[in-house]
Amino acid sequence: MTLNDRITKFLYIITLTFLTLTGFAQMPIFKRYRIADIPGLGWLAEFYVTHSMHYIFAILLIGLAFYVCVDYFSDRKKEKRPTSQMYAKAVMISGLIITGALLVFKNLPGTPPYSPLIVSMLNLLHLTFCMLLLFYSLIILIIKKYLVQKTINDSDLLSEKKSYFQE
Amino acid sequence: MRPEITRRAFLKGSVIAACSIASTSSVARAAAAIKTGEPIATLIDISRCTGCEECVHACKEVNADKYPKPAKPFPKMYPKSVKVEDWSDKTDATERLTPYNWLYIQSATVDINGEKKELTIPRRCMHCTNPPCVKLCPWGASIQLDNGISRIDSDICLGGAKCQTVCPWLIPQRQTGVGLYLDILPAFAGNGVMYKCDRCYNRMARGEIPACIKICPENVQTIGPRDEILKQAHDLAASMNGYIYGEKENGGTNTFYVSPVPFDKLNESIEKGKGQPHLASVENSMATGDKLAMAMLVAPVAGVMGAAVRFYSMSKKRMIK
Repeated sequence: MTLNDRITKFLYIITLTFLTLTGFAQMPIFKRYRIADIPGLGWLAEFYVTHSMHYIFAILLIGLAFYVCVDYFSDRKKEKRPTSQMYAKAVMISGLIITGALLVFKNLPGTPPYSPLIVSMLNLLHLTFCMLLLFYSLIILIIKKYLVQKTINDSDLLSEKKSYFQE
Repeated sequence: MRPEITRRAFLKGSVIAACSIASTSSVARAAAAIKTGEPIATLIDISRCTGCEECVHACKEVNADKYPKPAKPFPKMYPKSVKVEDWSDKTDATERLTPYNWLYIQSATVDINGEKKELTIPRRCMHCTNPPCVKLCPWGASIQLDNGISRIDSDICLGGAKCQTVCPWLIPQRQTGVGLYLDILPAFAGNGVMYKCDRCYNRMARGEIPACIKICPENVQTIGPRDEILKQAHDLAASMNGYIYGEKENGGTNTFYVSPVPFDKLNESIEKGKGQPHLASVENSMATGDKLAMAMLVAPVAGVMGAAVRFYSMSKKRMIK
């Protein structure tokens, strides 16, 4: 993995973690379930703080998404081939950005009022894309960590056994 | 015997007639403005209010069918620290805002030209021009109408009280045991419905003015197009050498209080607490979010620029190789 990839991945993980935390904090749940009472997590119940943080990390995510896209298409050697995983994540992140942008636009002063149905639908879609991305990433992580690693280990063991018998 | 008209009776009659003509024409003007659907604002002249509570009772009467009718016993909520908020046994309370009282009279004792005087102030939702309760409701239950009214849809609200927390005046009030949350997960999410002044949106939709304005015997409130009402507020403040509250508060509201004494003096004197809003100056709560939203437009450009810089440096390296 190149340094560029490492930095991009690190920023992506940090951004997604804080976006998820501050996104869930838009619902009044951290105070109700006393998570905000845990020392150091009081800010999770401060709606204006989490709202601003959500916007800041959204700026980072949008910047990062555009950076990764343009970087991919401008790479003449095409060192990285697109995988189905990449396509799936791209759809989910695009969904998050589009629904998020519509919600940000709604919050701007002077924007014509959205109907309650549209607001509820946008919020639910935004939440669904977030949950899908989280679960998908988690499943991929588990598969990589255990199944792929196990296969590698098994094949290593097999080659070790082979070399032992050959000797 | 022919009834004799005294000079006193004649003058009294003329004043009443003049007042009714004036109020009727102002009502007609307001109704015409309401029909156009443009932002409507109200002007509250504190110097005229006598604290008779006619507005409070009129509000209760016309909005009675919108008040909560909770089913008891309330479902158990988890964790146990979640508090029930029940006003259904105190529906007559008028000393503060409650789910059954969307307007109340606040009083302040102040010095005017060295004379102690009691001022009474009708308090209710300010109907902000960029209302945080509407913008930040995660469920879309709080809505803003074209005419500037912000109201909470009691069929959609889950009673999470975020609107109350983000309101600079903590206006919305919660009633447990009513609303949509009962049909979803009453034990784990939601806690009733939030209630506040909806500036008689249903009456206004019919071209009528809000009940509190119509009933007031002192014509404390004036309603009309926001620009016009704001101008009136400035003229009134200038005529009494007074002060305006609500023009700049929270980035601007659709309620303008005009007082002969500074609002920080009034704020010191009024009783403040739960359901009893302050009169302190308020910064625009949405300002930081709005600025960050603008910064969001730069994010794609920054991303593209970053990739372009990387592309340029990579190409340069390849050329050297």
